[in-house]
Amino acid sequence: MNGKDMRGKSAIVGMGMAGVGEAPGFSAMELLGQAALKAVKDAGLKLQDIDGVFAATSSHAFPTLSVIEYLGLKPRFFEGTNVGGSSFEMHLLQATLALEAGLCDAALVCYGSNQRTAGGRLVSMSEPQWHETPYKPRHPITAYALAASRHMAEYGTKREDLADVALAARAWANLNPEAFARGPLTKDEVMSARMISDPLSKSDCCLVTDGAAACVLVRADRAKHLPGKPVYFMGASGAAHHRSIVAMPNLTTTAAADSGPRAFEAAGVTQKDIDVVMVYDAFTINTILFLEDLGFCPKGEGGRFVQDGRIAPGGELAVNTNGGGLSCVHPGMYGLFLIAEAVAQIRGQAGDRQIENCNIALCHGNGGTLSSQCTAILGSETVL
Amino acid sequence: MTEAKISKLGPQAAYEAYLAAGRFMIQKAASTGEYVFWPRVTTPTGATDLEWVEAKGTGTIYAITVNRARSGSWNVALVELDEGVRMMSTLPDVETAQIGTRVKARIEQTEDGSRVVFDLAGEEGA
Repeated sequence: MNGKDMRGKSAIVGMGMAGVGEAPGFSAMELLGQAALKAVKDAGLKLQDIDGVFAATSSHAFPTLSVIEYLGLKPRFFEGTNVGGSSFEMHLLQATLALEAGLCDAALVCYGSNQRTAGGRLVSMSEPQWHETPYKPRHPITAYALAASRHMAEYGTKREDLADVALAARAWANLNPEAFARGPLTKDEVMSARMISDPLSKSDCCLVTDGAAACVLVRADRAKHLPGKPVYFMGASGAAHHRSIVAMPNLTTTAAADSGPRAFEAAGVTQKDIDVVMVYDAFTINTILFLEDLGFCPKGEGGRFVQDGRIAPGGELAVNTNGGGLSCVHPGMYGLFLIAEAVAQIRGQAGDRQIENCNIALCHGNGGTLSSQCTAILGSETVL
Repeated sequence: MTEAKISKLGPQAAYEAYLAAGRFMIQKAASTGEYVFWPRVTTPTGATDLEWVEAKGTGTIYAITVNRARSGSWNVALVELDEGVRMMSTLPDVETAQIGTRVKARIEQTEDGSRVVFDLAGEEGA
């Protein structure tokens, strides 16, 4: 069995979100529970049908166990891989394997956070790295700033290019009524934002919001008989080479350069087949790095690639059409929201930001400090 | 702490004990010649015959950022040591420096213990 054997074997049949933006008065698990209930209902199933659970959060030591208890589930298979914000792209692969192996029949992938209303800052269980602590890096922005500094030095990427990423995200968010940060944003405003870790300013950072998301997967043969339009799993792969930024082999090439080609091969598609590209934009530099590493532009050209609105609404390549972590939602671990937008686009439910004839979407999750890279490709029935 | 005592410690504690004694030591595998930083029990190729050697203390800035806060700013750099390994550090005496700049290590005592920091190599006219 190899990655190609998983192509089209499972499908997302239900998707739900809750508390996107601000949800005062709700705990992380309450939001997660709401999202899970929506996803199960959307799938046309009952909560008791869920017999596979895949969860990750930043506020539970054992998120999968907490979810099982909270929702009253008795799963036959459960999994709690935590590779930061990329966990959920990995969960899609694991859920597909478990479904295909008959270890479960209905898999719930879920996440929830109330970090905005609880404290207003990124909640992370990431432990300090002893060899970094004496130098007081800010977690996680210092790591991303270091990568940005290196990309600028090697390839001539400019702060203006980073600004173009932020502006594109805002332009998409302005088409998404659920996005948290909406409204006009000018390049001058972005360029004059308060510097936090050179060369990254406040405008280069993702939002701090609340939010929960969940999806339900079943085997493809069963998906056809459920009410919603199935969004098929086409292929996925993960790659990880380091934990702390000091150990990243090359700060301008992420492990997405490995996970991406493997995911494309498993899915049997190439870059030109992708209708919507969803990449984890914790910081503006991420979008540039991932567009390069996933092969949408040559290495080093990412800064120039995003200029002149190329990834904004109406541009050549539709990237982060929900508004991204930068302008839509970022509750700490954003990976499942990439999947939510891919599902909305492939189902044709994306409203004003809908990409015409969207059949294939790529979701690229990032975890840690550019550490874990997980790429998942989803598609409609017509491309199977 | 004596050399004999340090040799019984795990890699992290040994590194920190050497620093406390004013020595910047890194690991090198006798069999493969690979240098390792940060300290651990194996090289990436699996060599475990790691010995402590004095770091040359010279290197090049690989990446650098300045963290800014109301209370002040401080730079954080990744320095590529001439032995070929990378470490996180800082250049306390300058606001920032260009990537590619040559730097030289020294051990600095702080409230939290000893740490390796770097100065611009040119400053000493070396």
